[in-house]
Amino acid sequence: MTVLLSVNDLCVKYSTFEGVVHAVNGVSFEIPERGTLGLVGESGAGKTTTALSLMRLIPVPPGIVERGKISFGGRDLETLSEDEMKKIRGDQISMIFQDPMTSLNPVLTVGLQIAEAIAAHQNMSEREALKKAQEMLEKVQIPSVRHKEYPHEFSGGMRQRVGIAMALACNPRLIIADEPTTALDVTIQAQVIELMRSLREEFSTAMMLITHDLGVVGEVCDRVAVMYAGEIVEEGSLEQIFENARHPYTTGLFKCIPDIEEDSSQIHPIKGLMPDPFELPTGCCFHPRCPESGETCRSWKPEPFRENGQVVRCHLYSKGGVGR
Amino acid sequence: MLRYIFRRIVFLIPVLIGVSILIFAIIRLAPGDPAETLLGPSATAQDLQELREQLGLNKSLVTQYFTFLTNTLKGDFGRSIRTNNPVLEELLDRFEPSLILALLSMTLAVAVGIPLGILAALRQNTWMDTLCNLAALLGFSLPGFWLGLMLMLLFSIMIPILPSSGYGAWQQLIMPTLVLSTNTMAVIARMTRSSMLEVVRQDYVRTAKAKGLSGRLILVRHILSNVLIPVVTVAGLHFGHMLGGVVITETVFSIPGVGRLIIDAIRFQDYPVVQGGILFFAFCLSLVNLGVDLIYALLDPRIKAQYRAG
Amino acid sequence: MPASTTPTPAKKDKRQSKIGEIWRRLKVNKGAVAGLVVILLLTAMAVFAPYLAPYGPNKMSAGPRLSAPSMKHPLGTDSFGRDQLSRIIYGARISLYVGFIAVGIGAVFGGFIGAVVGYYGGKVDNILMRMMDVLLAVPQIILAIAIVGALGANLVNLMIAVGVSQIPRYARIVRASALSVRGQEFVEAAKAIGASDLRIIMENILPNCMAPIIVQSTLGVASAILSAAALSFLGLGIQPPAAEWGSMLSLGRQYMRNAPHLTFYPGLSIAVVVLALNIFGDGLRDALDPKLRQ
Repeated sequence: MTVLLSVNDLCVKYSTFEGVVHAVNGVSFEIPERGTLGLVGESGAGKTTTALSLMRLIPVPPGIVERGKISFGGRDLETLSEDEMKKIRGDQISMIFQDPMTSLNPVLTVGLQIAEAIAAHQNMSEREALKKAQEMLEKVQIPSVRHKEYPHEFSGGMRQRVGIAMALACNPRLIIADEPTTALDVTIQAQVIELMRSLREEFSTAMMLITHDLGVVGEVCDRVAVMYAGEIVEEGSLEQIFENARHPYTTGLFKCIPDIEEDSSQIHPIKGLMPDPFELPTGCCFHPRCPESGETCRSWKPEPFRENGQVVRCHLYSKGGVGR
Repeated sequence: MLRYIFRRIVFLIPVLIGVSILIFAIIRLAPGDPAETLLGPSATAQDLQELREQLGLNKSLVTQYFTFLTNTLKGDFGRSIRTNNPVLEELLDRFEPSLILALLSMTLAVAVGIPLGILAALRQNTWMDTLCNLAALLGFSLPGFWLGLMLMLLFSIMIPILPSSGYGAWQQLIMPTLVLSTNTMAVIARMTRSSMLEVVRQDYVRTAKAKGLSGRLILVRHILSNVLIPVVTVAGLHFGHMLGGVVITETVFSIPGVGRLIIDAIRFQDYPVVQGGILFFAFCLSLVNLGVDLIYALLDPRIKAQYRAG
Repeated sequence: MPASTTPTPAKKDKRQSKIGEIWRRLKVNKGAVAGLVVILLLTAMAVFAPYLAPYGPNKMSAGPRLSAPSMKHPLGTDSFGRDQLSRIIYGARISLYVGFIAVGIGAVFGGFIGAVVGYYGGKVDNILMRMMDVLLAVPQIILAIAIVGALGANLVNLMIAVGVSQIPRYARIVRASALSVRGQEFVEAAKAIGASDLRIIMENILPNCMAPIIVQSTLGVASAILSAAALSFLGLGIQPPAAEWGSMLSLGRQYMRNAPHLTFYPGLSIAVVVLALNIFGDGLRDALDPKLRQ
């Protein structure tokens, strides 16, 4: 399989009045053509920042992309001019945002909002684009006559489907879905996920799905990367992560899910909180919350340990061990 | 939509009746006898009595008010004590200059204020932004009558290129329009700037960027359409302020408008004209507010939906 | 009542630290600090006018008539030979006095009306807010003109006119605050322990809207000074020979060709006061509501 997107050592920080936030620290991953990667982690782990930097949409200031190589379809995105980047956004890479209530413009009809994405990239008048937009609405199971309506006339789930139609309108090679179901009701979530999955197959698009919901990942993705405090701590195929999770953080995440087959309905949350982004801990960022941590974890960053395509950054798997 | 407009117009009536009571109360509870003022100190008691009867001043205040109200509703604002012309006629005679002045000033305020606000927001925290902010604060704080006199000093006395006062030629409108628009322009520029800074942070602007739209399309279609909503509201609210400014500007530049008429009428205690004039202003203001609400619905489909439902 | 004695010191501390916090944020804003300094200087000028002014404000023939600014008369003299600098210094007294009293009238009555209608709600609220709509339907300065025109042009009536025309803005702020506080648990709790309505209003509702009231008052003083000067300029405010900036301007206007200093300086004084108050008010708003900044 050819690689569609590869990210290498991406570092992004936000320089604010209160201090510097290191949001993404040396993130690397790849997505093959038609592949789906789930990017999992708690809020504040740097998932959205990673996604936005792929689109070069990090707000500057306060954001600064310190370093990192992003290559998409063989092109280095950081070497592109802003105009060239605009041609990629919405056409080659498109994005579905978290909150459908705020991510659609309240004063424009949904038809126009889909059509303008098409008109921007395909040599088409807005009128023709509007026709295509109506087809797209049908694809996401919204009657095309409703293209004249405004976002406030739709429910949350329908708005998110509009967002999906917008993202797919130009048949992109990669879709970045940033927590597309978090803001929706649980029953609607399943519908939207199902829709995304079937459309992704129909359009044979690659996808990066950002979520904190492992259940969603299990349904949609074939590879999973787990992010913590701006780093990918573990990455592997769906089976590897779900059946053979190695990083204590990943295993912790799984313990958070209530197991209906088990008798005890107890869940086991990971103790402690995400570290203060202004002052990340030394060594392995997870060590203050890690049940397995030792001396080494406090002072040294773990090097990636690779096996059968599964990558884990934890001293449990490094030569010296955790040094208890 | 039509039903909404109709309902709004119906709701105007109690407000205007309220204004009429307020104005009537203020003017008629005041000390001083219009009949005496009118006839001067040499008038005999009999003359005074006759005039009072003629003007209906000998009846109770409540009766006087209801006579005033029913007449007003019939379109009869009474007669000016000073000139004995019907008040409505006097008002309509003086309406044109005031209307032109207000319209020109509002247009200028919008045409300069909005771009200035946009510019300041786009160049946030640069010298341009600071300059715009300072200009807006200055425009907001300068007394209109002083600004008028200073312009006069500059352009009519020191460099005599503009006529200092009067009405008729277009040159005579330049300085009054500048003076009257300054304040509103400043308010609009400030509102545009802050509204713009808020809108550019919105998620839907990020969505528009993610679609790969051109910067111009994002600015015009996605940002401005949302920025204008609060700006229109503020401009509408400020229209009342502008009507107040009309009174002062007309006095400074000797423009024969409604504002000047009211000031003269107050000096002569010509109360039918004062009542009629203020009621007229309140009526204009209410109509403008209604217009603003309709523009508002045009800009914001959410509001339109509410109007339809209401 | 132990419930009310124990929290008091804590409350006080909290308030003091809050004021400290606001001051800290205000200090960063150079414009606001400059505005405050100008306001304090002008206030000092008004208070110490008799010591600062080189001549009496109404002393005729202190110098030649309509003389241009000179060493002896830094801002020149008017048509009666009065020293303009002295008149402007004394004029600060009237302007600030009118501004503060008018805002006092507006804020006290408006605040009271707003608190009552917001707290009791229902019919009272409806009626009074419709009355406010009526007041708002008449442009502020025109309302003030009508009141002064009816009552007669003098200092007291001017303050009443400007004050009354400012009532609605305070009523709105306090009403909004009262409405939001009304249903909250601590008010219910205060009612349950038998606190009187007046006490609840004074202790719970008013402190909650102090911030917007203070900001609005600062900006209100500016607008009151402007209105008062405008009315005096129109001959409907303070009458000559009192040294008031607006009426000085109106008098000087007749001599604009030969003695432009008579229109320039009084107007400049008004502009400086109003500008200082507006800048300070703006800064105060930002300091009180940091969400609006960034």
